[in-house]
Amino acid sequence: MRALVIDDSRAMRRIVSGILEGFGYETQQAGHGREGLDVLDGGWIPELVCVDWNMPVMDGLQFVSAVRANPAWRSVTIMMVTSESEHGQIVRALAAGAHEYVIKPFTADAIRDKLALLGLLPEGAAL
Amino acid sequence: MTLTTTSFDWVRQLVHRESAIVLQPGKEYLVEARLLPIARSLGLADVAHFVEKVRHCPDPDSTRRIVEALTTNETSWFRDGDPFTALSSTVLPQLLGARGPNERLQIWSAACSSGQEAYTIAMLLEDALPNAATRVSITATDISREMVERTRAGRFSQLEVNRGLPAPMLVRHFTRSGADWEVAPNLRRMVTASQCNLAAPLPRMGPFDVVYLRNVLIYFDLPTKQAILRRVRDLMRPDGWLFLGAAETTLGVDDSWERVVVGRSSAYRPLKGA
Repeated sequence: MRALVIDDSRAMRRIVSGILEGFGYETQQAGHGREGLDVLDGGWIPELVCVDWNMPVMDGLQFVSAVRANPAWRSVTIMMVTSESEHGQIVRALAAGAHEYVIKPFTADAIRDKLALLGLLPEGAAL
Repeated sequence: MTLTTTSFDWVRQLVHRESAIVLQPGKEYLVEARLLPIARSLGLADVAHFVEKVRHCPDPDSTRRIVEALTTNETSWFRDGDPFTALSSTVLPQLLGARGPNERLQIWSAACSSGQEAYTIAMLLEDALPNAATRVSITATDISREMVERTRAGRFSQLEVNRGLPAPMLVRHFTRSGADWEVAPNLRRMVTASQCNLAAPLPRMGPFDVVYLRNVLIYFDLPTKQAILRRVRDLMRPDGWLFLGAAETTLGVDDSWERVVVGRSSAYRPLKGA
């Protein structure tokens, strides 16, 4: 399975990618929403996108809306991974088309639990 | 200072006497990890000093804290998923069909820890049933007084709500309360929490239609497992459903249960006439 990790923090991209690779994912990274869309436009369509909210150029919410506006990317599951933790923000992200929401700080177990909920935990990844 | 064999054995015996939970040799690391916060809160340098102090001069509060620290286990929302899918897809419709319109269903979350399992059930019922709080009651019990208080409070940290709680359910059933998240009052009204030691005679409760006793039996020796299953059965309706942890079974432990497959999960039902 493939996952695109979008975050303007290189350290955070590495952490999230490392966790997903530990579960067996092949990953690519992008530093903001526009870069993320470029990856999809290039034909690399992942099963999962983990996207931060606050980023330069294009934020996570704009990215979610842009992905949902393109029927060709309907199969992509989007999980926001962000420090934005207000009730209303989670509601907005879900309304825009995100499937799940993980609030920073998080543990690898939290990512694993969410993937299990989404049916995106690869076979053999330890529960 | 590291934990001596004598101190570890004393802790093992205390925990076994009070809760029937078996701490195998080699679990010294667990004792160290779980008791360190207590030792530090008392201004002691390490666990060994704390255990030595309590061993030579036992007091009820310290011994209770040791037992509770070693009997509190990991929990998360929708843990293992399938037993909850089974509840909403199969068990609940069957029970509602079998019970009268004014009969209230009773569900028991045994060894509820900080309450995630009980509130997971409450959320499922609230989403599946109109006026769920008037039709179902959930009893949540744990050996730990602290865990019972946490369940009653229905407050969870950011890290806790990250663990397996679907975001749509978070926004539907919780509100922010400072840095924490608080369960909606209608769910809290559905859940009654109380202290209960499964290894001792149980208080008068039930009769239960569904019992979640998951990831509990693995900590006990065979005679205790048998005694617990017998006591649980006595508190269940004859057509009730018991859910155990994925690594647990009644097979080879107590033959008065029938194992049934429910979707991707297994449940156990009291055998008629057993």
